[in-house]
Amino acid sequence: MQNQQEVNRLKDIVQNLLDEAKQQGATAAEAGLSQENGLSVSVRLGDVETIEHHCSQGLGITVYFGQRKGSASTTDLSAESIKETVSAACSIARYTSEDEYAGLPEKALLATEFPDLDTNHPWAIGADEAIALAIECEDAARNYDAEITNSEGASVNTHQGIHVLGNSLGFLHGSLSTRHSLSCSVLAQRGDSMQRDYWYTVSRNANNLEAAVEVGKKAAQRTLRRLEGRSLTTRQCPVLYSAEIASGLLSSFVGAISGGNLYRKSSFLLDAIDTQVFPEFVHIYEQPHLVGALGSSVYDSEGVATHTRDLVTDGILRSYVLSTYSARKLGLQSTGNAGGVRNLTIDPGVLDFDGLLKQLDTGLLVTELMGQGVNILTGDYSRGAAGFWVEKGQIQYPVEEITIAGNLKEMLRNIVSVGNDVDYRGNVRAGSILVERMSIAGQ
Amino acid sequence: MKILNLAKQAILVPAGIQDADIENIMGRLLTASVDAADIYFQSSHSESWVMEGGIIKEGSHSIEQGVGVRAVSGEKTGFAYSDRIELPVLLEAANNVRAIGRQGQDAQIGLIHAANTVQYYPVANPLKSLGEQQKIDLLRQVDTETRKLDHRIEEVIISLSGVHETILVANQDGTLAADIRPLVRMNVSVIVVENGRREQGSMGGGGRSDYNYFVDLNRGLEYGREAVRQALVNLEAQEAPAGNMTVVLGSGWPGILLHEAIGHGLEGDFNRKGTSAFSGRVGERVASDLCTVVDDGTIAGRRGSLSIDDEGTPTENTVLIENGILKGYMQDKLNARLMGVKSTGNGRRESYASLPMPRMTNTYMLAGQHNPEEIIKSVKKGLYAKNFAGGQVDITSGKFVFSASEAYLIEDGKITRPVKGATLIGNGPDVLTKVSMVGTDLELDSGVGSCGKEGQSVPVGVGQPTLKIDGITVGGTSV
Repeated sequence: MQNQQEVNRLKDIVQNLLDEAKQQGATAAEAGLSQENGLSVSVRLGDVETIEHHCSQGLGITVYFGQRKGSASTTDLSAESIKETVSAACSIARYTSEDEYAGLPEKALLATEFPDLDTNHPWAIGADEAIALAIECEDAARNYDAEITNSEGASVNTHQGIHVLGNSLGFLHGSLSTRHSLSCSVLAQRGDSMQRDYWYTVSRNANNLEAAVEVGKKAAQRTLRRLEGRSLTTRQCPVLYSAEIASGLLSSFVGAISGGNLYRKSSFLLDAIDTQVFPEFVHIYEQPHLVGALGSSVYDSEGVATHTRDLVTDGILRSYVLSTYSARKLGLQSTGNAGGVRNLTIDPGVLDFDGLLKQLDTGLLVTELMGQGVNILTGDYSRGAAGFWVEKGQIQYPVEEITIAGNLKEMLRNIVSVGNDVDYRGNVRAGSILVERMSIAGQ
Repeated sequence: MKILNLAKQAILVPAGIQDADIENIMGRLLTASVDAADIYFQSSHSESWVMEGGIIKEGSHSIEQGVGVRAVSGEKTGFAYSDRIELPVLLEAANNVRAIGRQGQDAQIGLIHAANTVQYYPVANPLKSLGEQQKIDLLRQVDTETRKLDHRIEEVIISLSGVHETILVANQDGTLAADIRPLVRMNVSVIVVENGRREQGSMGGGGRSDYNYFVDLNRGLEYGREAVRQALVNLEAQEAPAGNMTVVLGSGWPGILLHEAIGHGLEGDFNRKGTSAFSGRVGERVASDLCTVVDDGTIAGRRGSLSIDDEGTPTENTVLIENGILKGYMQDKLNARLMGVKSTGNGRRESYASLPMPRMTNTYMLAGQHNPEEIIKSVKKGLYAKNFAGGQVDITSGKFVFSASEAYLIEDGKITRPVKGATLIGNGPDVLTKVSMVGTDLELDSGVGSCGKEGQSVPVGVGQPTLKIDGITVGGTSV
């Protein structure tokens, strides 16, 4: 229960911050504090490369003087520094403008119940043990095939964090969470072709990590299959986004329905509420209370209670992604999404990956995307890509040095299928997604 | 000595840490099998202001400070850091990281204060270069003047930020070096609307200077004008072409080509490990003989410049490619030692909480012989890419992308009409061999670049003259 004592100690610091803000004349305030500890080890070619001991902390405060706002943060938690940080925030609030939409959330929306979401599982692993695990992982990759000729190494990371959030409406809560991961990246060579790829596993509970040998083998397989990639001629064709990158399409969609982009009118989905954004079979929902998941939390970064809710049903956009401020700007109510969405899921379809390849028939399977060529305002989309050319449902050869382009509005509307091969590693969970047609540029 | 004393006053004196304490900790780090070690102290004050919707919407202030302790034995590195600059914390960190080497006796270290190096920027705190009200007035002036430029402007968002950072680094040879680094940045982005079509434009700049940089030469107002110009061009933009074609890149920021296509691939760590497409290719031709590319950390006041890197090594003007031939890599101390060369002053870290590695500073191509108009005139059909957003590279396969944010078609030697932004993709080791004309108009970017590598972000600069590439893939939609 040493952890709980530490949470209480940090809660006291946050309460002190809030009290100090009141003392200095703030009419309202919100404060957060994080403390993280961890160990990262990396190995390369069978030997230790780095051992890093992590230990960091930081606090931040936002104060309101009526409708004026100021913020400040520091990594120094001493009593003196707390005073100075509050003063810095108050001093800034003297210069910012009155903003009628600024302020804390409505009290009625704050979380009042705090069920245990099972997000805290410290991993009692020492540096030596972590090194052995990383070496086991890298060995599995290096010994997989003679064409695996070099390595960027394997790493094991374990982190525990305490996050405390409080505001002057009486909200004060602290939570503990852990995050552990194991990753491996290797190189393969055949003639002049050199390629690199990786695989990783991540979980709040070390028992749920993929086996080290499996991670290594997948890294090797993913690298080998890329050897001797070639470009394509410029054309239009269907594109299958593999599960590990399909979440990116959904993240762009979330960006377009996020309050910040909506009130600034910089979204291609402006006023799209209650309209058909996806084909009818698409169902997208958020599950913030999923036990043990990476994105799980009872409240958002302002303390507003989170809820399991639908964003898209029957392909129709039902709700936006709003914080308190953006909601007020739009004349709506916060959806508990300050800080983003939590465990966003697109309902898996019936086809597995092979089924999707058959449905694709002839076209491009994309397994990697490069660059930031996504314009959320216009929906224009143009990114570097690598993957495989598919004919009659069979992978033919690896493809690289091409781009895929389209407009997100049409791409989302023209999703043909969502696979059941869901990648559960991230905060956005999706199976592979088949898009009817995109422009491919190549040689 | 002046900077060193200022840095000690800022970081060590408040913590009650004496030279003898640093000698003691360094001695603990240096067991027999430790080849190198350093202690890196950092204190950073930063602020940012945002104006949006015609009001000063946000302001924030931040203090970040801490210490990182590293010991290196062969290729192995032990590292620990803390936000608390306190002697007991330092001793614990030293005990943790020295485990990387074999146990042994503590060494005896005498601290030597590093000799003065050339300073490429002023030491004064940029956050105090203008009063708070003057910062607000500057934002308001830029906002008002920008909004007046065109009736199609719907929104203007302006940000102003500054950092004042002090670092102190002690090395295993006892050298104690310091640097005080200012950094300011301003950005204006606008949204315009016409007949229901919305587009954006954005322009910013800055450097290792103070806020007067944006007042001088009316730079702040100039960013507003440029952002509006770009947004209005985008209102007219048609579908971009798709396929392999001749591309003329504009001068300045399009130098991001060099950063992605060759810069990362020439960082020492990847080459020591043999994981870069450029590994083992020093002395070989990797570009047409028109191309000479350098990484130069010594340009006064630039965003990517440093007087010393984060390992205490003075930065240099390093020739990467000379007349098309690969000359060398960018090195930090660890990789330089393992490759048997000297550090080029490219050892950089995001903060005390991360390990240093070879990173770029200001990477650019030297001017050539051709008049920029002549270059456009030489193209029968192609793309003129004037401005870019970000880029990315896979250093092993050599494939890189960078995304145009303002581009035009070239038809029969003339710039005809604007096209939408598109991503360009190429192969690092051969893209520069296709450079057939290099302009006389070398220009560095306005001071907006940040580079990410292994999760660490550092400020960088790029630059180039107008140049012509005889074939690269343009990722438009018009097939």
